[in-house]
Amino acid sequence: MSRRIGLEVSLAVSEAASACDVDVIAAYPITPQTHIVEHLSELVADGKLDAEFVPVESEHSAISACVGAAAAGARCFTSSASQGIALMHEILFIVPALRLPMVMAVANRALSGPISIWNDHSDVMAQRDTGWISLFAENGQDAFDLTCLAFRISEDPRVQLPVMVNLDGFTLTHVIEPIELLSRDEIKQFLPEFTPAHRLDPSRPLSMGLVGVPEVYTEARYAVEDAMLKSPTVIAEAFGEWADHFGRRYEFVETYRTEDADTLLVTMGSTSETAMTAVDGLRQAGRKVGLVRIRLWRPFPFEEFRRAVAGAKTLAVMDRCLPFGGQGGPVATELRSLFYAGGGGPRVVGFIAGLGGRDVRRLDFADMVDIAESPGSEAQLYHMIGLRVS
Amino acid sequence: MADLDAIECWQDLALGCSIEKPGNSCDFQTGDWRTGQKPVTDKEKCIKCGLCYILCPDAAYAPADEEGYYDWLDFYCKGCGICAAECPKDAITMIEEEAS
Repeated sequence: MSRRIGLEVSLAVSEAASACDVDVIAAYPITPQTHIVEHLSELVADGKLDAEFVPVESEHSAISACVGAAAAGARCFTSSASQGIALMHEILFIVPALRLPMVMAVANRALSGPISIWNDHSDVMAQRDTGWISLFAENGQDAFDLTCLAFRISEDPRVQLPVMVNLDGFTLTHVIEPIELLSRDEIKQFLPEFTPAHRLDPSRPLSMGLVGVPEVYTEARYAVEDAMLKSPTVIAEAFGEWADHFGRRYEFVETYRTEDADTLLVTMGSTSETAMTAVDGLRQAGRKVGLVRIRLWRPFPFEEFRRAVAGAKTLAVMDRCLPFGGQGGPVATELRSLFYAGGGGPRVVGFIAGLGGRDVRRLDFADMVDIAESPGSEAQLYHMIGLRVS
Repeated sequence: MADLDAIECWQDLALGCSIEKPGNSCDFQTGDWRTGQKPVTDKEKCIKCGLCYILCPDAAYAPADEEGYYDWLDFYCKGCGICAAECPKDAITMIEEEAS
């Protein structure tokens, strides 16, 4: 019988990979991901997890080793953050192209420069278009559950795509929370043994990772897009079965006090919990404000998002990443084009906040709501929150 | 992917764009962008040493036939001339090909 124990969230992620009985872990330590792989190496060394732990020399090698192991039919796990994810970049595209299942926990951290070990979402956003399914955790329990769910989604024969589970560096990774862990036997009811849809096998020769001549490259890329577009069916099934087995239900887009709201905050990750308390305060003051949290970032759940914000006049969208010289944060940009294409949607007002470990406080969310509700604020590409100016 | 004609739509591709039939790179005619010169071996001078076969950076010479000669393969040759330059008996000459 499972019970809630106080555990550092990083260790809960390692326990999730262990409960999923991974075969190969290849990882290179980087703050704030270190505890995840450190604990996995302990589990392997102590004989509690029968897996190969490959202590590679870089993140590029970590993901490459996972590609090789997954191609050989192993259930693989890796984890990284920030510059580590950036170093993986070229290989991240290869994994979905080869249709290899794999799970990576991303301990979200800012990108250099200046060097920052602290939390924001610039690392994952720079990998947005690599073809990985991307989920966001808001707390320790989410991080455990989503890691287990990620294996199930990734390995489904209808998906065969890698999945990254994002958890905010430090604000989640280094915090001790009460978390219900599930045992390997419990997970077995939910996660079938890994049966690779294709793998390198001398008795059935196969070549992977080939040249795509102009005659087939377009088709090969579209095949990945097709898998991505079809994956929400499987993700919804997995979320549903998880709820049936373990009682916790996840949605692509989750809402908080959105009923009759005129203005909705839009967040991803751990700041969602701060935003909830901000919404409580604003509601108490008589403001019609709610919160929409995006859990599934890629593939983006367009229809679910439309439904979640139906009736709202204004969206105050927070991004924790500042792409230079564009239209602002990736989330706001995504939503602005969604509603531009459809027409008649809510005003989309973009905010950049919480960069490189800067706290996003309840009053910052209240500011976002004030700015978002002021007439014409949507005309500005984005609004900086907490930027100190002369 | 060698059998490109069999791929009419994206659904025809194997999972992950893999090749499920091994050894099919042989089916790719890579000699069709040759430089314009091709090697010709004078069998009177040839001592069947096999250096042309060994040194060819592609696979444009076949393994020795029953008589011990290494046949040139039009299908793969790029016309680089290494075989002609390295032949210890100057048995190989590069000749201009007729424009196609």
